[in-house]
Formats: sequence, structure tokens, C-alpha cells
Amino acid sequence: MRFVRRNLLNAYAVLALAYLFLPIAIVVAFSFNNPRGRFNYTWEGFTFKNWTHPLDYPGLGSALAVSIEIAVLSAIVATALGTLIALALVRYRFRGSATTNLLIFIPMTTPEIVMGASLLTLFLNWKIPQGFGTILIAHIMFNISYVVVTVRARLVGFDRHLEEAAMDLGANEVVTFVRVTLPLIAPGILAAALLSFALSIDDFVITYFNAGTVTTFPLFVWGAARVSIPPQINVIGTAIFVVAVGGMLANVLWQNRRARRLLAA
Amino acid sequence: MALPQATPTQHLRERRRLVGLRRGAAPYALLTPGTAWLVVFFVVPMYYLAKMSLEQGIFPIFSFSWEWSNFSDAVSAYQTQFVRSFEYAGIATLIALAISYPLAYWIAFRGGRWKNLFLLLVIAPFFVTYLIRTLAWETILSDNGIVVTVLKDVHVLGSGGRLLATSAAVIAGITYNFLPFMVLPLYVSLEQVDGRLIEAAEDLYASRVRSFLRVTLPLSLPGVFAGVLLTFIPAAGDFINAQLLGTPRQYMIGNVIQSQFLSLRNYPTAAALSFVLMGAILVLVLIFARALGTDRLTAGAAA
Repeated sequence: MRFVRRNLLNAYAVLALAYLFLPIAIVVAFSFNNPRGRFNYTWEGFTFKNWTHPLDYPGLGSALAVSIEIAVLSAIVATALGTLIALALVRYRFRGSATTNLLIFIPMTTPEIVMGASLLTLFLNWKIPQGFGTILIAHIMFNISYVVVTVRARLVGFDRHLEEAAMDLGANEVVTFVRVTLPLIAPGILAAALLSFALSIDDFVITYFNAGTVTTFPLFVWGAARVSIPPQINVIGTAIFVVAVGGMLANVLWQNRRARRLLAA
Repeated sequence: MALPQATPTQHLRERRRLVGLRRGAAPYALLTPGTAWLVVFFVVPMYYLAKMSLEQGIFPIFSFSWEWSNFSDAVSAYQTQFVRSFEYAGIATLIALAISYPLAYWIAFRGGRWKNLFLLLVIAPFFVTYLIRTLAWETILSDNGIVVTVLKDVHVLGSGGRLLATSAAVIAGITYNFLPFMVLPLYVSLEQVDGRLIEAAEDLYASRVRSFLRVTLPLSLPGVFAGVLLTFIPAAGDFINAQLLGTPRQYMIGNVIQSQFLSLRNYPTAAALSFVLMGAILVLVLIFARALGTDRLTAGAAA
């Protein structure tokens, strides 16, 4: 009975994972499709053409470039700003920490469409022309909360005695931070940066409201979905998936190895 | 990492250092850049959105006039879409909970040293661009697709039946697209359940079902609460699934806000709709919090 129960749950997990990966399998498979029409919905034949010419569609390359630029820049800025907030929240007790927590929490529970719309009214009121800059501002904004949450989780499990030891051995606060604190929370910071990058390169709704005439990769897909869907979209989608998941996987493995090394030491 | 316990003097020294750290401007210096960004680009925009919702006029000239009728007009004109949004989001949230709970349970209790890897596997599909994922569902649910064919073979669907452009397709899309927001909080709360409590229940002759219902489930309710919120809120505001997998007959309030803002440029109505959406979500969340009961949560934790 126990055997059946255990394997029932295992079988369920396999099915659930299959469900999760079904659309992804479709995306990857159709990146090798050779569609005859303008839409990439039915299987017509295998080809490597889309992968050897991934940007061979008007506007696709520039849209992807904009997306990558914004994802990198917003990840860097949001990770810096968010890490500082996380340090303040975990390390200090101060007046206003409850308000700060609320300020971090609320953006994550606000529907994206409301955030996009409210930013649009801000830019209209302040007469700020919409474009690259406004997209970047928006992406940094929604990334900050996720960075704080990710880095804070890492900081909470942090052993303060290690910092104590460094300072007892004569290191000042800056040296202690750079040589002890930073390396220890680095995986958390890296995870936050990767998450920010992924959230940014995937964002459609908030960008849609604040892009002006600039086109990011998701906006390009949206525009394309009405007239034609080139298989190159699947190629880029697959590539982003591989890069993001690869980065996360490397981070997880790196963390595990460090943990084992520390245990052995 | 088993480090030796701190001696009493070390404790004193640490406390002194902590007291020293807690004073002064340091936390504010760390906080200011990030929180300033959030205030200027999250809080201030909400003020402008509120102001916009009480304006009147026609694009591009609007003027502030305490136009409360924007709200009543918006609600009465788009009542159907509001009700539909909460209906779709509610159903999708329940299905997501049913799918995610056993999966999160499996990772937390059967994952062993591969927990992190399994978590990554669960999140991984969501690194494919949202729109592309949804387009993939369009392929899967299409009239010649495998799902429709199978459903026709087992006579769940009639010969002319289809999935695309129905409520079912939109709900299926929403369920799938917000699944990590359900799995992750469930996993976190299940992972924290102390295995010894379950053992204790079984030592006291509780059956496995009973120990799950009386120990594990109550202890995981905070995760259920967080997961439901994090799924329901974005789902209620979504417009992509309705647009790509449905027709105007499946449009949700997000579709209305989107077109009022970006196509019709009827900013005051769109702003009023946004606020009604947020207000309605807030009310539902409070009702839900009460229904789940904070005291029941603590009682569950104590049991």
C-alpha cells in the first residue's frame, strides 16, 4: 500500500512536470519548423534554417537588442538598489522599516496593468517622452522588490560570527564587507540579478504602456502575432530560455559546491 | 557549518556592536536610493492615476473636476468584464492550487538533495517569454491540435466543438501562466513543516490521511494563502490570455483598460477602471483572509 502511495505521488510529479514542459516542447520543436505560410502553427517539415538565420526577419534583431540592453541595465541598477535595501532591512532596526517593507511588498501584489497605466499617466503629466528611458525606469522599478526579497532570504541565514571573526582579526568594516560579507551573499545577489534579467526580458504589459515607438522583443512578438509568426520567434524564445535556465542552474550548482567545500573545511 | 556556540562575553560584545550599528544614519543611507525610486515611480504614479480618474475631457485635453461619475459609469458599462475577470481568475486559481499542492508536497518531502533542481525544473518553463508560451498554448488547443482530437475521440467535444476562442481556453492559459506563483509559496511553507510533528501524529495512531489533514495541511495554510494571492491578483488583471486564446466574448477587464488607455485614449475612464480593479481585489483579499482565518492559522501552527 505504501509502495503504491509513494509511486502514485511520483507518477503525479512526472505528469505535472510533463504538463509544465509541454508548451516549451512545442516552442522548441516549432523553432525547427519550415512553415509555408506566415503562421507557424502546423508542422510542415524539419529545417535548421531558422537557427542559422535567427534574426532574418525585419525588426527582430533591433527589438532583441533593445530587450537585452534594457534587461542588462535594469538588472544592474535594480540589483544594486535592492541589495542596499535588503542590507538595511536585515542589519538594522530603524524607524520606518515597516513602511519600507510595505513599499517593497505592494508592487509585487499590484496588477501589472495598473502599474503600467499609472506610470503612463506620470510620464504624460511630466511630459516625459516615452521610449528607451521610460522602459528602463519601469523595469528597474518592478525589479527592485524581487531583488530585495531574493537577497534578504540569503542574508537572513547569514552567520554574523564570520564578520565578527574578521573584525577581531583587525579588518575594518569596509574590508570585512568586501572580503567576508560580499562573497557570502554573492550567490543571492547573482540570483537576484538573473531573476531581474529574466523578468525584464519577459515583460510585456508594463512595457506596452510605456514604450512609445520603441519595440522590445515581447512587443515585437505581440505585433507579429496579428500578422504573421515567423519561426525565428521560437528560436529567440528558446535561446532566452536556455541562457536564463543555464544561468540559474550554474548558480545552483555553484552554491551546492561551495556548501560542500565549506562543510568539508 | 557547525560553528562553536558563542561564549557569554562574545554575546556581550556582539550586543554592544549591534547597538552601535543600530544607531545613526547608516540604514537610511542604504535605503534612500532604492526607496526613492519606488516612491517616484510607483507611489507618485498612483497619485496621478487617482487624479486622472477624476478628470473629464477628451484626448488630449483633460481637466480635474472631481468627476466621480467616471467610476459609476465605468462600473455599469463594464460590469460583465469585471465579473468575468474575477470568475476566470478565481477558477484558474483553484485549478492552479489543485495542480500545485501535490507537486510542491512532492518536492518538499520527496525531493531530498535534488530539491533545488526540481524547483528549478518547475520554474524553468516560465523563462520562455510569456507571449510565446501563450502562443504555444494556441497551437496545443488549436482545432487540429492533439487536445481537441482526443477530446473529440472520447466524445467530450462534439464533432464541431473547439477549445480555442472559449472560456475554457482562456482559463487554461491563465492557470498555466501563473503556476510558479502558486508552487513557490506552497513549497516554502511545506518545506518548513517539521517532520517530527508528522511522526508524532503517526506515533499517536493518526492515519496518514488524518495526520496530513490535521498536521501538514494546517501548517501549510500560510503558503496556500500567499499562493492564492500571488496567482489571483495578476490573473484578475491579465489581458493577454483573453486576447490570444479567446475572442471579445471572453475579454476581461484588463482588455478594457488596455484599449481604453492605448486605443481610445479615454484616460479618465481607464484610470477609474484601474482603481475599481485594485479596490475589488483588495476587498476580495480581505474577505479571503478572514475566511481562512488568522486565528485558525496560529491554532494550526500550535496544534
